[in-house]
Amino acid sequence: MTFTGISEQEVDRAYDSLKNDALDGGYRLNPDAEFVKNLIRGLLKNEQRYGYRACPCRLASGKMEVDLDIVCPCDYRDSDIEEYGACYCALYVSEAITDGTRKVAPVPERRPPRSQRGTMKERAVQTVAVGGGTTFGSLPFPVWRCKVCGYLCARDQPPGICPVCKAKKDRFERFL
Amino acid sequence: MEHVDGKDKGNIVLYALSTCGWCAKTKDLLREMGIAFDYTFVDLLDGSEQDDAISTVEKFNPSGSFPTLVINNKKTIVGFREQEIREALGP
Ligand code: SF4
Repeated sequence: MTFTGISEQEVDRAYDSLKNDALDGGYRLNPDAEFVKNLIRGLLKNEQRYGYRACPCRLASGKMEVDLDIVCPCDYRDSDIEEYGACYCALYVSEAITDGTRKVAPVPERRPPRSQRGTMKERAVQTVAVGGGTTFGSLPFPVWRCKVCGYLCARDQPPGICPVCKAKKDRFERFL
Repeated sequence: MEHVDGKDKGNIVLYALSTCGWCAKTKDLLREMGIAFDYTFVDLLDGSEQDDAISTVEKFNPSGSFPTLVINNKKTIVGFREQEIREALGP
C-alpha cells in the first residue's frame, strides 16, 4: 500500500512523532511497526485529501465538523483500548498487547451509525445540557473536558493542546 | 468493482477502504486462500457511486463499518475475523 506523493521519510517522521507523543501521554503504539506505518500512510493520505487526519479505518465525509469525533486520536480510542486492548484501527494498544499477554482482536465499531450521528455542535450542546443540569452555576471558572481522554481543567478557555493526549482545542467540550 | 480470480465460492464481495489496515489484511487473506472475489475501495468512489456503496454496506452491516464481506448476498462478516472467514469459505 503506497500512496503517491507521500514519501517514506514523511511516514518515518510521522511515525517517530506519533510514537513520542504516545509515550509522553502514557499511550502505546502497536508493536507491529509495518502495520502502524501502513495506518500512518492512511492518516497522511486523509490529511492530503480531506485536510484533516481522519481515522484510516473509517469512511470520512470530507466535512470536518461531521468528522471531528474520528480525527485521530478519535473520541473512541481510550474506551476501546480499555475494553478491547486496542483502538479500532489497532494503531494504539494496551500494555497487555505490547507485553504479549493479550492478542489484538477485531474491535467492534463504537461510533454511532450514520443515521444516529448529529453534527458535533449538536452533540456538544447535548453534553453541556447534561453536565450543566446540576447547580454549578457559581463556579469561578468553566470546566472543560477533553473528549479524547477525559482530561478536565478549569479556566476561561480550553488549552490549545490537551496536555495528556495532545488533542487540539476543538476537541474540548464545556463540562461544567 | 475489481475482480480477483480464484476458486469459485459463489458471489463474494468485499467492501473496503484503501487506507484501512484490517481491510488490507482481509483482502490478503482472501488472496492467500485463492478465492475468487470482487472488491471495492469505497473511499475512492465519487458522489452517487459512493452513496450507493454505503447504502449497500449498511443494508448488510447497519454500523456501516469496514471491511464488510458479503457472501452470496446472505452472510456478512464484519472486520478481519480470520477464523470465521476461513470457516465460511474454506475447502
Ligand atoms: S485512535 Fe481512533 S482515529 Fe486513530 S487510528 Fe485508532 S481508531 Fe483510528
